[in-house]
Amino acid sequence: MPRPLESTNDFVVKFANVNGSGSASANRLFAKSILRMGVPISSRNIFPSNIQGLPTWYEVRVSETGYLGRRGGVDLMVAMNPQTWDKDVASIEPGGYLFYDSTKPVTPAKLRDDINVVGVPLTEICNREYSDPRQRQLFKNVMYVGALSALLDMEVAEIERLIGEQFKGKGKLIAANNRALQIGRDHVLTQLKCPLGLRLKRAEAVGDRVFIDGNSAAALGCVYGGATVAAWYPITPSTSLAEAFMRFCRRYRSDPVSGKNRFSIVQAEDELASIGMVIGAAWNGARAFTCTSGPGISLMQEFIGLAYFAEVPAVIFDIQRGGPSTGMPTRTQQSDIVTCAYASHGDTKHVLLLPADPHECFEFAALSFDLADRLQTPIFVMLDLDIGMNEWLSAPFAWDDSRRMDRGKVVDFNDLEAGREFGRYRDVDDDGIAYRTYPGTHPTRGAFFTRGSSKDADARYTEEGAAYVENMQRLQKKFRTACNFLPPPVLGRTHKSAHFGVIYYGSTAPAMEEALDALEDHGAVLDLMRLRAFPFHDEVAAFIARYDKVFVVEQNRDAQMRMLLVNECNVDPNKLIPILHYDGTPITARFIIREIAGRLAALNVRPFRKVIA
Amino acid sequence: MTFINKPTFHHPKLAPNSLGYTRRDYEGAVSTLCAGCGHDSISAAIIQSCFELEIPPHRIAKLSGIGCSSKTPNYFLGSSHGFNSVHGRMPSVLTGANLANRDLIYLGVSGDGDSASIGLGQFAHCIRRSVNMTYIVENNGVYGLTKGQFSATADRGSKSKRGVVNFDEPIDLVSLSLQLGASFVARSFSGDKGQLVPMIKAAIQHHGAALIDCISPCVAFNNHEGSTKSFDYVREHNDAVNHLDVIVGREEITADYAPGTVEEIVQHNGAKLRLRKLAENYDPHDRIAAMKYLQERQSAGEIVTGVLYVEPEPTDLHDYLKTVDQPLNELADKDLCPGAEALEQFNESLR
Repeated sequence: MPRPLESTNDFVVKFANVNGSGSASANRLFAKSILRMGVPISSRNIFPSNIQGLPTWYEVRVSETGYLGRRGGVDLMVAMNPQTWDKDVASIEPGGYLFYDSTKPVTPAKLRDDINVVGVPLTEICNREYSDPRQRQLFKNVMYVGALSALLDMEVAEIERLIGEQFKGKGKLIAANNRALQIGRDHVLTQLKCPLGLRLKRAEAVGDRVFIDGNSAAALGCVYGGATVAAWYPITPSTSLAEAFMRFCRRYRSDPVSGKNRFSIVQAEDELASIGMVIGAAWNGARAFTCTSGPGISLMQEFIGLAYFAEVPAVIFDIQRGGPSTGMPTRTQQSDIVTCAYASHGDTKHVLLLPADPHECFEFAALSFDLADRLQTPIFVMLDLDIGMNEWLSAPFAWDDSRRMDRGKVVDFNDLEAGREFGRYRDVDDDGIAYRTYPGTHPTRGAFFTRGSSKDADARYTEEGAAYVENMQRLQKKFRTACNFLPPPVLGRTHKSAHFGVIYYGSTAPAMEEALDALEDHGAVLDLMRLRAFPFHDEVAAFIARYDKVFVVEQNRDAQMRMLLVNECNVDPNKLIPILHYDGTPITARFIIREIAGRLAALNVRPFRKVIA
Repeated sequence: MTFINKPTFHHPKLAPNSLGYTRRDYEGAVSTLCAGCGHDSISAAIIQSCFELEIPPHRIAKLSGIGCSSKTPNYFLGSSHGFNSVHGRMPSVLTGANLANRDLIYLGVSGDGDSASIGLGQFAHCIRRSVNMTYIVENNGVYGLTKGQFSATADRGSKSKRGVVNFDEPIDLVSLSLQLGASFVARSFSGDKGQLVPMIKAAIQHHGAALIDCISPCVAFNNHEGSTKSFDYVREHNDAVNHLDVIVGREEITADYAPGTVEEIVQHNGAKLRLRKLAENYDPHDRIAAMKYLQERQSAGEIVTGVLYVEPEPTDLHDYLKTVDQPLNELADKDLCPGAEALEQFNESLR
């Protein structure tokens, strides 16, 4: 028997539950209580495409150091689902802990001799305390939170305070939940040795950070960014973005006098109609967006090409999930990068924004509407299920009240009345971006015909080769201009002696940054660059040029960002080493460390031959 | 250049409407459709309607999909913004445009391939959503631009120019619209300007989803013997249930009609429609009876035309969504952005 794990404020707890059993709110209560003790956590839901009955897990990583990526491995398993028992037990680290409902005896064959088993007869206690079956189920969840609070030495006052906030004004529910909490806690305190080797201790490591999922953060960014039209079709994992937008609009966008809505949200019949509505609204001068996932992006292809070629603004949130086809709808990946960057037939290229946490989801969502108007083209905001649907600890949201919407190049009534020359696709400023008018602006001037077919600089239909080429080249120039408005890549600490660089983006960020610390401890000298947008800034090619090799870490099979780097930065493909994680779970620091250390060892970099051995 | 510049001069005595616009101001570029195409007659009827309704041309937005019919918005209302979108998807683009600015008048122009074949889904959904628009289907039962294939509105048994007989059942957009809750449903014939012009005027004034299914023979590919969408066939089988006059404003009806032969409908904006009954007992307010009548006449081989259904108190998508009266595209930062203080409060709720 290995020594029981001993750790304060640094461990992983995993809850194995049955979908639809009401465990989610109890698990969240557990997680948030730890935050209230000033200890950073990251939490992840691992759930099936199902409403009731299938297994679901909730993983809480506690890390006072502030590592927010998924670590991998489980130190304490709260095994509440008999269906997944064997796998759950097998996943516990040697010396780790198994917490289970001991009402029914478990045969030793179902256990391991290198873990510590903590049994609490939850069902038995519930059956004794409650007669209503639904209460038995719900309070069992709160009861195990009470038991864990004693086992992990949590501050029970923080849990009670959270219960009070959650059921504000519903005194009966507060009392009932507190009672269940106390029953669980008392049982463990009187019957078992507390606390375990894993324990929590108040710290000051959370600061002013907020705990929120990326979809909600992006939806709030849409409200702040001035979106008034949203059209969407339900698809996991993007649905909660549209639903959060509805919630925020009801709170922030009701006209105080009339009570009417300063927004419109339409649940369309499919993703084709969603993007069609967005394009129609944006053509008509409103800020509009849709949110979807990979299958929706596939359906939108034709319309995306129209918006690119006719130069109509559009904002598309792609909450990426496991593909291809239906793939793994409730698992995470970064596998729509190429399909979005080059969406639609013919020669097309699109702007991508790559937020790495909820704070950036908010920032980039608000920014995307300025970019769409400024560049008159579709803007993709690339989240993934891990950022979108999990609550992350991230920097608080901030807003500058002097900021104004950038509506881009729009010719208005006064301009036209004053006799200003107008041709819809003329490159007046030599930046590839032409001026537009909104429908209904002026009785006799400024109208034009928008079309997906080729046209001249004055928007008249033409199939003349020269006019077509001129227009396509202007679009290319516009794409280069886009870089001036996009968030630049973030460069980490740089070392003079570094021979290796790492490029990464999106939800890979916390795991990568944690992996760097560990690799540095082993003597690796690596410089990091986090991409935040496509097209790439010049710094990206310059960064790659500086090193012998650059690792490109991403969550897909085909090294999609690497493809874009090779293609757009004219880089020798041999220079870019793909590090790929795509099993549907969020990438872990352990994975990155192992993979990069392995590559460094193969490249004969000492001391990595030792690390990998 | 395939674009033909159309001279802008006109006869000095061309009469203006009360806004000072002549009929010429509602025209567009020169049509590139075949000589004698029914679609050009519909374009002319749209021009006539807008001129007579005295709509400032720029207050109309014209949207279309892909196909011969969808090219036509280039040939009328040259001072209006137009959007030739993708095949079968005009309804969603129009819906979005309407959401952005509820003050413009939306004219959707489509064809039978565009609306009944590739775009049937979007057609159905924009009707059931009660988007405030006039949706004109220029229906010839055939794909013109790709040279003569059947579309989904081609009648069973109808013969193509190459002699192929259509086996598939036709989709009837009028029946479908009635079933989907359209608040204004009409059918006309491009060869009957007297019927079509007042019908378009009434549809434009209607507050809600207004469908006009306009049979518009294709002179190149579907005007031969054996076709059920030819000029001759439609003229022979036209069963008009009423004749419509539109009265702008609230002027009194002065002409004398036999009692029971005239029905007056007051539209949302106060405009009156005067329907002269041609079919005895046809009630344009009875959705169920209209559906039954259509089915009966259809099985007898007749093409029912006229204003087939009007909802006197229609509602639209904006009513349902409770959007503010001011167009959404005019709202400013202060109307839309909750500001820094609200954000700080929100942050606090997440700790």
